Amino acid sequence: MLNKNIYLILIISLVFAISFWIGFNVNLLPAGASINAPIYDELFKILFIIGLIIFIGMTIAVIYSLIKFRKRNDQIGDGIALEGNLSLEIVWTIIPSIIVLLIGLYSYNIYDRMGGMKELNHNHEMMASNTEKIWAGISQNSGNELAINNLSIEVSAMQFAFLFNYPKGNFISGELHVPVDKKVSMKMESKDVIHAFWVPEFRIKQDIIPGQPTILNFTPTKVGKYPIICAELCGPYHGGMRASIIVEEESDYNEWFNKNKKPEVNL
Amino acid sequence: MTISIDPQKTNNESLQPKGWLRYFSFSLDHKVIGIQYLVCGFLFYLIGGTLASAIRIELASPMSDFMPRDVYNQVLTLHGTIMIFLWIVPVVNGAFGNYLIPFYVGARDMAFPRLNAVAFWLIPPSGLMLVASYFVEGAAQAGWTAYPPLSITTPQSGQIIWILSVLLLGGSSIFGGINFIATIIKLRRPGLKLMQLPMYCWAMLGTSLLVVLSTPVLAGTLILLSFDIIANTGFFNPVLGGNVVVYQHLFWFYSHPAVYIMVLPAFGLVSEILPVHARKPLFGYTTMVFSIMGIVVLGLVVWAHHMFTSGTPPWMRLFFTIATAFIAVPTGIKFFNWVATLWGGKISINSAMLFSCGFIINFVFGGITGVALAQVPFDIHVHDTYFVVAHFHYIVYGGTVFIIFSSIYHWFPKVTGKMLNEKLGILHFIITFIGFNLCFAPQHWLGLNGMPRRVAEYDPQFQFVNQISSLGALLMAISTIPFLINVFLSVRNGKDAGDNPWNALTPEWLTSSPPPVENWEGEAPLVEEPYGYGKEFSEQK
Repeated sequence: MLNKNIYLILIISLVFAISFWIGFNVNLLPAGASINAPIYDELFKILFIIGLIIFIGMTIAVIYSLIKFRKRNDQIGDGIALEGNLSLEIVWTIIPSIIVLLIGLYSYNIYDRMGGMKELNHNHEMMASNTEKIWAGISQNSGNELAINNLSIEVSAMQFAFLFNYPKGNFISGELHVPVDKKVSMKMESKDVIHAFWVPEFRIKQDIIPGQPTILNFTPTKVGKYPIICAELCGPYHGGMRASIIVEEESDYNEWFNKNKKPEVNL
Repeated sequence: MTISIDPQKTNNESLQPKGWLRYFSFSLDHKVIGIQYLVCGFLFYLIGGTLASAIRIELASPMSDFMPRDVYNQVLTLHGTIMIFLWIVPVVNGAFGNYLIPFYVGARDMAFPRLNAVAFWLIPPSGLMLVASYFVEGAAQAGWTAYPPLSITTPQSGQIIWILSVLLLGGSSIFGGINFIATIIKLRRPGLKLMQLPMYCWAMLGTSLLVVLSTPVLAGTLILLSFDIIANTGFFNPVLGGNVVVYQHLFWFYSHPAVYIMVLPAFGLVSEILPVHARKPLFGYTTMVFSIMGIVVLGLVVWAHHMFTSGTPPWMRLFFTIATAFIAVPTGIKFFNWVATLWGGKISINSAMLFSCGFIINFVFGGITGVALAQVPFDIHVHDTYFVVAHFHYIVYGGTVFIIFSSIYHWFPKVTGKMLNEKLGILHFIITFIGFNLCFAPQHWLGLNGMPRRVAEYDPQFQFVNQISSLGALLMAISTIPFLINVFLSVRNGKDAGDNPWNALTPEWLTSSPPPVENWEGEAPLVEEPYGYGKEFSEQK
């Protein structure tokens, strides 16, 4: 009996060890380039490790049963007439409940750190009126920034392109240029069908809906060029509906911005 | 001149067609209807599988080069609709439900045999209509979810035929659900208590409740959508002040429970198969019953987890996260109970057992990614990507379809009186298991790294992994060949099975194989312990 328990403990520790090793050493995610990304990756790692423990454990249990309890040729009759075990049932109701609840609370915490639970605050100078209904996206709000410092961009999506309107410069671009380490606030609306704005490296996605503006806030942290992908089936060329986001140093961004800016008309 | 038919003679056996022709008649025999559902469903599975192969061929290269882009969208729409509404739902509910439920409750037929036949005969015409819509003006191309405004702006004829077809199939499903509830509640033989029923009855009771509660919502939604398309109303059309997100709520109010309509019957079937081949009682009968009902209740309040990126308020996202994740608890109980059923048994390693164990492994994997997807911050990155495609194929293919095959190996001797060939069966399992995992496991990585779903073209960096996935799909296609050979050979020259080749205790085995029209020669047996392995059976010997 003692021997059996030692083997059980050994196998369980081995499953945990393998799961943790894989969880920490196998990277399944693309490079992260926004302040959301490391928060997301932390959640992913935890879920990945818990998932691996359960999956490897269950698989071992099934395969072990198939081998250990297989019917030998000389055997007749049935297995033991065991119809249930109340304490076991209670254990495997309560433990998963606790795990699920903890995961839920933890992901609530993650979501809060991403800014998802904060009231959306889109200080948009060009917003038509306060009565306009704004639907929530991820509201990335680190708190110490002044809303004035936000870069406000209006996104319109249509079959099969994104257009980025920079209200301060009064121009429209097909490429999204943003300065690094600065909060960007986007108000998005679709001209025709539902689209979605997804940047895998930022770990953010928000549907762009006709008739209902949505808001998406993010702060890029790494200079580079990343794909913007439409993630909602929007028609035959859905797969080709892509654009680029170019994250650059503030000085490069200002140069680009000033080059494109339309001169203000003085009346 | 009037033709008069003596009403008493219409049910007379001598007037009914015999042999193979029975299956092409308006038969009222629940066993004939069950087989009609199964064979009809399997033919549509072959069509849906062909469409899936077309998708995987297109995705073997990053460019859109195998078929025109709009045809690709039609193919993926038809693939989803056919596999859900014409293969999985009719087969796990209609086919096995009709064949087994009257046996399990000790009845001679379903409660409403004519309604039962109507429910089946709605399926072939609506399925043919759906497939034929391709030749009109092109089939529907807005995905099986048919989100407006895309479904309003794509060619109308295809979308309208799609709606009509899904409405008919939904009607068929509701008729079936009502019939199962009535049969399980009212037609039990005297002396048979609810808590003595085989687990599949409980699964079908729960499933039928979901069907009856949620399918009418889908029907209403699709009727409103059809008004928007043909009568220019503005329920969901933003140009006319409609709200597209309302459609999504209504659609998923049915379509999330639809997932449980597809997996709960499979949970029931595997609960019948495992005890027989492991020679052990089903572990934890009572908790199994309560977990089914728990899944039914929770399944009705989780729909908005399909809409975490649609622009929903934070409190709503949080509620649906917790509710969704909690479904893992009753589901987990069932899986632990199945493993406990295997534990300490005398397990026959045959095709039915292998497919059931494959189901456990695949479904646990799909369940784990499901709990992850329930978390809002996790879902926001992978929503509408190949990660989701991989997840739900692990549930509906790795889960339910594996159980459909397992059930065919298990009940084939009952239906035909012949055994299926075990070597071909194990070959079928090995190719399916490897092909399935090769096809769908890599898709998790694709989704995490930036490949959205429903695309005909993608970033070239994903080509290699997509080709692995397509190779898996090829193996899955090949795996149907040994299965079909096995079925055709065994029907003709299979080994005689006898009445009860597995020495099973559930009531359908306590009659001849194939069973007589009235199910039992005499009175229906009273089976108080359908899983009494290890005690009663050894005493009988």
